[in-house]
Amino acid sequence: MTIDRRSFLGVASMAAIAAPSLVRAQGAGPIKVGEINSYTAQPAFLKPYRQGWELALEQINAAGGVMGRKIETIFRDDGGKPEDAVRHAGDLVNAEKVDLLSGGFLSNVGLAIADFAKQNKKLYVASEPLSDAVVWANGNRYTFRLRPSTYMQAAMLVEEAAKLPAKKWALVAPNYEYGQSGVRWFKELLKKAKPDVEFVAEQFPALGRIDAGATVQALEASKPDAIFNVTFGADLSNFVRQGNTRGLFEGRSVVSMLTGEPEYLDPLGAEAPVGWIVTGYPHADIQTPEHVKFRDAYKAKYNDYPRLGSVVGFDTMNSIAAALAKAGSTDTEKLVDALEGLKFPSAFGSAEYRAIDHQSTLGAYVGKTAVKDGKGTMVDWTYRDGAKYLPDDAEVKKLRPAG
Amino acid sequence: MIDLILTQTLNGLASASSLFLVASGLSIIFGVTRIVNFAHGSLYMLGAYLAWTLVSYLGPADTFGFWGGVLLAALLVGLAGVLIEVLILRRIYQAPELFQLLATFGVVLMLQDLALATWGPEDKLGPRAPGFKSFVILFDNRFPTYELFLIAVGPLVLGLLWFLFQKTRWGTLVRAATQDREMVGALGVNQRLLFTSVFAFGSMLAGLGGALQLPREAVNLHMDLAMISEAFVVVVVGGLGSVTGAYLAAVLIGILHAFGILIFPKITLVLVFLVMAVVLVVKPYGLMGRAPVGHARGHGPAEPLLLPADRLTKLAGLLALALLALTPIFAPDYLLSTLTELIIFALFAASLHFMMGPGGMASFGHAAYFGLGAYGAALAVKWLGAPMEPALVFAPFLAGIAGVVFGWFCVRLSGVYLAMLTLAFAQIAWATAFQWVELTGGDNGILGVWPSAWASSKTAYFYLTLGVCAVSIVALRLTIFSPLGYGLRAARDNPLRAEAIGLDVMRIQWVAFIVAAFAAGIAGALFAFSKGSVFPTYMAIPRSVDALLMVLLGGVQTVSGPIIGAFAYAGLSEQLMKATMYWRFGLGLSIVLLVILFPRGLVGGSLLLVERWCRRPEAAATARLAAEGGR
Repeated sequence: MTIDRRSFLGVASMAAIAAPSLVRAQGAGPIKVGEINSYTAQPAFLKPYRQGWELALEQINAAGGVMGRKIETIFRDDGGKPEDAVRHAGDLVNAEKVDLLSGGFLSNVGLAIADFAKQNKKLYVASEPLSDAVVWANGNRYTFRLRPSTYMQAAMLVEEAAKLPAKKWALVAPNYEYGQSGVRWFKELLKKAKPDVEFVAEQFPALGRIDAGATVQALEASKPDAIFNVTFGADLSNFVRQGNTRGLFEGRSVVSMLTGEPEYLDPLGAEAPVGWIVTGYPHADIQTPEHVKFRDAYKAKYNDYPRLGSVVGFDTMNSIAAALAKAGSTDTEKLVDALEGLKFPSAFGSAEYRAIDHQSTLGAYVGKTAVKDGKGTMVDWTYRDGAKYLPDDAEVKKLRPAG
Repeated sequence: MIDLILTQTLNGLASASSLFLVASGLSIIFGVTRIVNFAHGSLYMLGAYLAWTLVSYLGPADTFGFWGGVLLAALLVGLAGVLIEVLILRRIYQAPELFQLLATFGVVLMLQDLALATWGPEDKLGPRAPGFKSFVILFDNRFPTYELFLIAVGPLVLGLLWFLFQKTRWGTLVRAATQDREMVGALGVNQRLLFTSVFAFGSMLAGLGGALQLPREAVNLHMDLAMISEAFVVVVVGGLGSVTGAYLAAVLIGILHAFGILIFPKITLVLVFLVMAVVLVVKPYGLMGRAPVGHARGHGPAEPLLLPADRLTKLAGLLALALLALTPIFAPDYLLSTLTELIIFALFAASLHFMMGPGGMASFGHAAYFGLGAYGAALAVKWLGAPMEPALVFAPFLAGIAGVVFGWFCVRLSGVYLAMLTLAFAQIAWATAFQWVELTGGDNGILGVWPSAWASSKTAYFYLTLGVCAVSIVALRLTIFSPLGYGLRAARDNPLRAEAIGLDVMRIQWVAFIVAAFAAGIAGALFAFSKGSVFPTYMAIPRSVDALLMVLLGGVQTVSGPIIGAFAYAGLSEQLMKATMYWRFGLGLSIVLLVILFPRGLVGGSLLLVERWCRRPEAAATARLAAEGGR
């Protein structure tokens, strides 16, 4: 390699910048969690997520921590790139000596960290990535996942969709793994529940780049009885506005994934769709004691209402604390054993990390969208326990080669 | 059926309007100042956000409130353009070609974080426009009146621009400067004022484009990058500097989108780039563009002569290499994996530099070959069950073969057109990796690409990387000073003379293209094994931009520049990402400051300083000549 004087200086100063931080003694100090997420790439979900996380952390540490040790979190931003997430994972494990990893928003980031966890035999608690592959096709001993997967959300919605008289369905989903598998499971499960349905149109706009007018027109042209939507965020807002103006939703049932989450419903304001069957989070109306306690604490700390991200962050931290308490150790193998079948408290009530596939049974709320006081909200909702929307054990064993 | 075709045509025309506003601004700015303004998408986003705030403040239901807000937002964005031009760009017009792109990229990063801090992370759905809230029945379909309004805006603005350029003195000057900048300066026109006003005007058009999207699209933090690549495509397909061409291209792209959705709903993103590739292959200067008058590289100062390393430089290089080789003795594992990554990026940047510096062929899509190298390795492991060693050997050939095919088309073009064609090919490669789920796993990527047992420790893999990269970089350097390298530089500096003395310019450039692709493939394959997984993001636009930034930051016209640039850029972003959530602002600001302080890149700038210090009369004269733009 040819390096001249300047480059030599550059390398030397690089090394100085990256000089190892003080290596702390293990065992006595706080328990360290390395939390990797796409904070700058997906701030709408992850800012509330981090707040929910920090709320749980504060509560746990105020109560004396776990095993008499406080928990400390090191947050890292992957900028939405799996390769950066892997670099952070390596850095957190090797340099910061974290006891476990957590986080992940995008599916491919989650899969990359999960593979790192498997290779390095380090625990990874995936909070948000919805891809089924995280626990099934690419599942491994060291990876657990909190949120209900694409499969589970589709299964919850299919249950409702099958009750509709609609025969001809049109589908629209963002063109990446989440959208594709959402559509795949919806079609497969609906066909099973109701063999006479047919799927007349499929639209796969690029994520964040929907050409809403043209997409609405293409769906309209297929004259469906009902529509299944998987888009979210800005794509959803644009789709809803064009669909409202062009009358796409009039006289048609719409079933829609994640649309009831405040992250995606609130930006729509008074233009929020009415009567869509959605999965989501009716934060203002859930009056279970666990949720009221969580909501009050959240409001007191941040002077803002919780989003679904807040719940996910809160629950992830709490489930990690429960696992640490049960294992009585920060040893990875002991933690994995503790997590298998671990029951933990969540803002939605008690849930469990299944031993068979490491998926948690945390559920979701299914209901209909409505507009109240110029804001979108959910009505007629019920909580669907995630445990009821997973395939039977024999099927899971087939889907998860890792066992 | 006919109804659907007509409606989709109207849909296409409606989305073409905003695209046209942004692209025409970009095109005018490029025409006059030769700046590839990467921040144009950010100005578009800024327009949308400002309009959202102003319209909410002035009263969204009120006609004056709404339209006043929209126009005011456009004006404010024009003002932001003035700020950017006066504070940053004005200082670096004399820098080498494309260097300004680096500065505008810094602005992109800063504006992203400023928008996040100002408007928060949630999407903003703007109000509907007063007077255009409803729909009309057209061809048995409901069609929003606001879309009809937008369809009218395009030709209206086109007409206004035509009037401005044909009938006013300012417009005449802009046209003159687009054709021959030096001549306009020589005739006594105040260039500073002209450049500032053109930049402000172009920015204003982008701001207007963004503001007009308010009733149509939720304002969000991803609008900037979503718009910029498409706007580039429109400008290049239309022909650089041609406003009419930009309109035609915008309509073409808009309609293509609308119909692409009906026919190939899954490939809408890449369709645009496919069309650009076809247009550029058939019409190398775009639909309405003309071949540049005179010398294509007539601006900027003369390139300093590259000399083989003297003894001192060689010694320093060896010393640095030895130092790197010794790091595993004292450095902990995590530092080693960071260094491994930096060394890989150094090779990646060096490979781009090879075609960009001596070859004079800037590539906006170099990540394609990096990514293909990574995928070559991953596919060999996954489908052929190959262990690491043969996979590492196989991988660069996949990148090299892509270089053979893509390069054949690319070397027929030059300048920004060439760069955009490389971008188009990179996007096609990316889309293939993204869509061919059965082979590549789609965006979930290919997992489990880990090194063989002997290389699995961080230290062993570090040595492997260091060895392979050092040999490759030295080989690239030797090639620069081989007959091929001299021929390449001759072809860059004066293709006509090079042809006249019997050099086959295209062939030489083609070979250089392939060599660069192959070397990037080596870097990609090493990267795959260091990460353990491969994803389509490896060949996405941001990675191409990274490579470009590393080369420009180090200095295009120096041999060791890309290596320093890679260490500086990747090291800086890694440290900033760890340190703060607002790392993008920090990185953007550092880039802008570095650009202003070192307008020839880090190494180029230091070399110039050293030469001045040494006061060698001959060198100082050369340096002065270079700085003053003597040719």
